[in-house]
Amino acid sequence: MDIKIPENELEMIEGSDLLKRVLELKKSGFRFSQANAALIDGNFELSYSFSDYETYGLHTLRIVTDTEQEIPSITQIVPAAVFYENEMKELYGVKIKMIDLDYRDKLYRIRQTAPMGKQKTEE
Amino acid sequence: MALMKFAPEALKNLFMKPATKMYPNEEPVYPEGSRGHVKISIDDCISCGMCVRACPNGALKVDRNAGTWTIDRFDCIACGYCVLKCPKKCLFMEKGYQVPGPEKKEDTYTKSPEVLAAEEEKRRIAAMKAAEAKAAMEAKASEEKKG
Amino acid sequence: MGKRSVIPFGPQHPVLPEPIHIDLVVEDEKVVEAVPSIGFVHRGLESLAEKKDFNQLVYVAERTCGICSFQHGMGYCEAVEHIMGLEVPRRAKFLRTIWAELSRIHSHLLWLGLLADGFGFENLFYQCWRIREKILDLHELTAGGRLIFSVNKVGGVIKDIEGDKLDTILSTLDEVDDELRVIRSVFFEDRTVLSRLKGVGILSKEQINDLGAVGPFARASGVRVDMRMLGYAAYDELSFVPIVSNDGDCYARCFIRMMELFQSIKLIREAIGKIPAEKDLEVPVKGNPDGEYFMRLEQPRGEAFYYVKASGKPILDRMRIRTPTFANIPALCEMLKNTEIADVGLLVLTIDPCVSCTER
Repeated sequence: MDIKIPENELEMIEGSDLLKRVLELKKSGFRFSQANAALIDGNFELSYSFSDYETYGLHTLRIVTDTEQEIPSITQIVPAAVFYENEMKELYGVKIKMIDLDYRDKLYRIRQTAPMGKQKTEE
Repeated sequence: MALMKFAPEALKNLFMKPATKMYPNEEPVYPEGSRGHVKISIDDCISCGMCVRACPNGALKVDRNAGTWTIDRFDCIACGYCVLKCPKKCLFMEKGYQVPGPEKKEDTYTKSPEVLAAEEEKRRIAAMKAAEAKAAMEAKASEEKKG
Repeated sequence: MGKRSVIPFGPQHPVLPEPIHIDLVVEDEKVVEAVPSIGFVHRGLESLAEKKDFNQLVYVAERTCGICSFQHGMGYCEAVEHIMGLEVPRRAKFLRTIWAELSRIHSHLLWLGLLADGFGFENLFYQCWRIREKILDLHELTAGGRLIFSVNKVGGVIKDIEGDKLDTILSTLDEVDDELRVIRSVFFEDRTVLSRLKGVGILSKEQINDLGAVGPFARASGVRVDMRMLGYAAYDELSFVPIVSNDGDCYARCFIRMMELFQSIKLIREAIGKIPAEKDLEVPVKGNPDGEYFMRLEQPRGEAFYYVKASGKPILDRMRIRTPTFANIPALCEMLKNTEIADVGLLVLTIDPCVSCTER
């Protein structure tokens, strides 16, 4: 086999640069793979992964922010991100504004709001 | 494009023996190593509790003093992690799945009286030795204080 | 132009084994918009990851999905092994490959059966599942479970497949191969099948890339991607090329999965031929993982993501599973536009939806 696992690239960015970088990556032939949130030491870590299916490379944008900051939605650029952003919003309570198709915390039918978010750690 | 492509196969199936078994009437045959349920040879158990800590589901309970090993058969997911973790290798994975029932129930296995008595004896001796050692230490300490 | 009305599809529907709900906005018989909603079977497995230690989590990860159970366990283990820098023995890698391909065969056969059931060909459905039964028996013979294998652990595999069992696999695969050739000609040539599948639900390569679809669904539209090319497990020592079609319709999706069955059989034969004789199955695991990794692997339904982040404690900070169906649903809704309402059930089936693992 000729293709070997390329190193996963991780790029730290600010929340305000997100849309710009996503647009640049999309222009250079990457496609959106996944987005997820994690709560590490009281801060949100948001990862947006993009992959290049020609070289099998994986490029991840990482935003570390406090739990109150608003993050712009990337669904205008990448329609595929709808579910991922709704999930981040619902499970962690990440404040994402202007999602194309906002389920308003009704993506999963769960009773709690933001069960994996900040509220849980305070308990 | 062809019509009735599957007809020969369907006709063949019509005259073949059934591919399924009449399950409850006919005993199923499990291959060697099938993960059905957990079995314990309780007299080899040392009540260390490794299986309790390993179980991803919290289906196991061990009582060291009473010498019992309890499993909630309906919580057990038959993953075999307790079997892997057991230091005395007294847990086994046996063939045959847990049969369904109207309510959840636990199975408790108790060590035989001889083993329990031997363990009690061992504990008593250990406690005695510990007490002796402690007394000796204290005596030594008080002597040192005097000296 | 007719009046618009909304028809709910699911969560209970004859073609769906699992609950997914789609609101179909229809004009006469044509679907103009589809709004999906999931969430009926959310189990919170990612939340559970914060309560179990990383060795127990293998069994949690495996139970994400009943059909691609083995590959979930493998993906999680490979991610943790990568963080800890463990080099798994070669025999364990080959065993993982063999099991992964066996579960791919059984998953694709399940799907082909459901598809046949979806377009009303009951006989073919029974035939597919009857062949699948032989593969399930192989699972139980080699791993001990018919669907949930529980043979993976961080650092290797628990069980070995001994020599005579490998021979059993080979002889069973020969039988399966012969039987598959019969149903292949039915799926590819029969008029009933072709009239339901040809030219239905076409998606272009650009649409697939925009909407992020993965797996056989994407390959049917000409996206040349197969995560096995990354060479995880023992795939770097086996030779294969991704099967790609340019048609982008339901027939192409059926074609891809059918051909992948034969590809999997070939891969298993090759892996059994090359399997090393040394008996090492695992490497000892010392300490706790510290770091993070994105693991990608090709499941029967497509590319799955495992994100593991650990900070030197036995309990992981975050485990995230992105299953293929989660990525395929946006593309599904795009595909449903401008189709007849009678085709909706079939189109939903062609992405091979696995809703329980989507919601984890």
